[in-house]
Amino acid sequence: MPLADLLKESERIMIICNACRYCEGHCAVFPAMERRTSFAEPDLTYLANLCHGCGSCFHHCQYAPPHPFAVNVPKTFAELRAENYKAFAWPQFLARMFDRSALATVLVAAASVAMFFLIAGGGIASRHLGSGAFYTVVSHALMVGLFGAVALLVLGALGIGLVRFWLGTHGRTARPADIRRAMVDAMRLRYLDGGGDGCTYPGEAPAHARRWFHHFTFYGFLLCFASTTVAAIYDNLLGWQAPYSSTSLPVVLGTAGGIGLLVGPAGLFALKLRSDRQPNPRGPTFAMDIAFLALLFLTSATGLALLVLRATSAMGILLAVHLGLVLALFLTIPYGKFVHAVYRYGALVRYAMESRDSASARTLP
Amino acid sequence: MKRRIATHSDLREFAPDVLIAGGGNAALCAAIAARERGASVLLLESAPREFRGGNSRHTRNLRYVHERADANMTGPYPEQEFWEDLRRVTAGKTNEPLARFAIRASADLGDWMYRHGVRFQPQLSGTLHLGRTNAFFLGGGKALINAYYRTAEELGVVIGYDAEVEDLQLRDGHFAAATMRLRGERLDVKARTFVAASGGFEANIDWLRESWGEVADNFIVRGTPYNQGRVLRALLENGIAQVGDPRQCHAVAVDARAPKFDGGIVTRVDAVPFGIVVNRDAARFYDEGEDFWPKRYAIWGRLIAGQPGQIAYAIVDSKAIGKFMPTVFPPVTAASISELARALGLDPVALEATVRRYNESVRAGTFDPAALDDCRTEGLTPPKTHWAISIDRPPFAGYALRPGITFTYLGVAVDERARAITRGGDPSDNIFAAGEIMAGNLLGEGYLAGLGMTIGSVFGRIAGTEAAACAAR
Repeated sequence: MPLADLLKESERIMIICNACRYCEGHCAVFPAMERRTSFAEPDLTYLANLCHGCGSCFHHCQYAPPHPFAVNVPKTFAELRAENYKAFAWPQFLARMFDRSALATVLVAAASVAMFFLIAGGGIASRHLGSGAFYTVVSHALMVGLFGAVALLVLGALGIGLVRFWLGTHGRTARPADIRRAMVDAMRLRYLDGGGDGCTYPGEAPAHARRWFHHFTFYGFLLCFASTTVAAIYDNLLGWQAPYSSTSLPVVLGTAGGIGLLVGPAGLFALKLRSDRQPNPRGPTFAMDIAFLALLFLTSATGLALLVLRATSAMGILLAVHLGLVLALFLTIPYGKFVHAVYRYGALVRYAMESRDSASARTLP
Repeated sequence: MKRRIATHSDLREFAPDVLIAGGGNAALCAAIAARERGASVLLLESAPREFRGGNSRHTRNLRYVHERADANMTGPYPEQEFWEDLRRVTAGKTNEPLARFAIRASADLGDWMYRHGVRFQPQLSGTLHLGRTNAFFLGGGKALINAYYRTAEELGVVIGYDAEVEDLQLRDGHFAAATMRLRGERLDVKARTFVAASGGFEANIDWLRESWGEVADNFIVRGTPYNQGRVLRALLENGIAQVGDPRQCHAVAVDARAPKFDGGIVTRVDAVPFGIVVNRDAARFYDEGEDFWPKRYAIWGRLIAGQPGQIAYAIVDSKAIGKFMPTVFPPVTAASISELARALGLDPVALEATVRRYNESVRAGTFDPAALDDCRTEGLTPPKTHWAISIDRPPFAGYALRPGITFTYLGVAVDERARAITRGGDPSDNIFAAGEIMAGNLLGEGYLAGLGMTIGSVFGRIAGTEAAACAAR
């Protein structure tokens, strides 16, 4: 659906929802909607990015299709988010990656892995042991330089996206308290609980499965990130070179995070396959979600395999594959599912601001 | 036994202990209660699965007696207050012993509903004054319906969708079999007991026309189009006693642009207390500010039904916009009253005169939507006794209104055990009724927000329990 039609459809649905309001206990979208009487593009962008697509408002809607009002908030907002992701992407020519997310991810991953095979060259199949073994396959300077540069690009792209989102939703200056509250809401996935018993995902019965698997994924990612940060400190500040012992902090954090990144994405994938197609149609966003989950899973799987087999001659190949996947993960971060975290967080900050502002004026006699 | 959708062959073999006609709140409460007492239960819902739940799909709260504030409600609502509320709205046209019994029996509804999967939430915005007396379903009535269907399926209730009971075989007030249509095919189902929980006849325009005449053609049916009243008619034609007046019903003012059926909650217009309401002759006909809207919304459907052409127009000015719940259809707006009149199809001169007379009789006060304020008219007939502020600041806005029928009160007489009473005065030994189909026992006229779900829940549970006990004998 073209953006103009999508905005029109979103507005039509929000006007129906705002006259009904039965769903206001499910998540933040509906209380945010109730603070509005009209729904222009900035409002709809904000509301769409506040939406988790949990399905509760669809399964509990007396106007869901086949009712002629055909209210389907999760589907419509998912399509609108997909348009937002493209519009806010930087640089713009890479926004096309959102349209062919699965293909783009596979190509980037294959190219990255191939690049590390080329870099590693002939020594890749030999056995390397001891401190600095990894750097005999891929040099220390190259790893630091390459990943450092990519990290800066990613942060820049996400930052520009966040600014574009903020301007696109007519955001004002947030207070530290709003940023803090949004952080807590995000860490707890506060609005992915359907208002208590869980959201209606993958099916009609409320369940907490998606929230838990998302926690596995999110905290797994954070632990892996923490592992890498600790390792960087060990390496660059303390001069302790990888590989580290299996009881060292980077390995313990990375192992825990790696397990999270196996369990979480696998669980989310399984749920997604079973999810109700009416609120969660198999559109372009479906491919985007699957590609991201697959990349997270494979990154973790190769990382754990590397840990187990690092003392064997498979180390070189595994290292090249793992580094290639990590690179692909970072390269695709600003142009795939990951960006939802940035815009959802922005929407949560906005929600915290509005909740603080909103007078509890009730005007009905 | 965990069969979900009843098939033709299932039904030919299956003579359940309890056969339930209907698929809304009352039917589900009966099914769950009967199955929990060990009875085999077949529930026949005339709608397809997507539209299951009757009018319960459109509900959002119910009221029940509670001695103190709880997680769902802000303060106590004792039995005597509930009874007095009911007596007032019905003008005493209620069966007092049965009503008092039902009110008492509502006391444990909150717990029972929670145990069977229903969740509550703090009161909805825009529903001021109900927070103390009414508990709101998290996600609304369809969430409640989904929870009950899940519970019923887990318990082993056999459910048929697209399965309408069309006729009944009764002998001296005793149920023998039901004739039903399952996805187009007719067949007879025998059962030891029968629970009628299939709603009123509000979606049957021909039946409405029998008592209302052509007026019925201008009704908008707010809820399910599946409440055709076939079971009700079959019971009344086969010796079960009738209660209620065929013209009495729960009806509210809805936007005239609403669809003929199933428009539900969003079609209501809450503008009435903030302006004036005129008929097609541009004349006022009732005190728009008589009481808080949640206590008066249910009289306006009948008021409009009594006006020529069954149409009325709510007129407000820009001061009122944003003070009432947003409407699903935008108002007709204009820079002057005469222009608004033309846009609404009213006589501009007459509407200007009505608004002028109203404005001249408004006595200044302190406007307060949260209280029965002192803004009222003087020397105007009919008066507007609260929230009367002049209509003078453009743009002006208007909504055409129609009677929106929610459910009918004509029903079958029941006793405290939810047994249908025969015309001879004796209770049937195996026919029970719950929900809209017997709401007329309590509601002779008027309405109290959330009472329909209270009646369905209380009598549904009793009907299921009694039917299971009866089948076991």
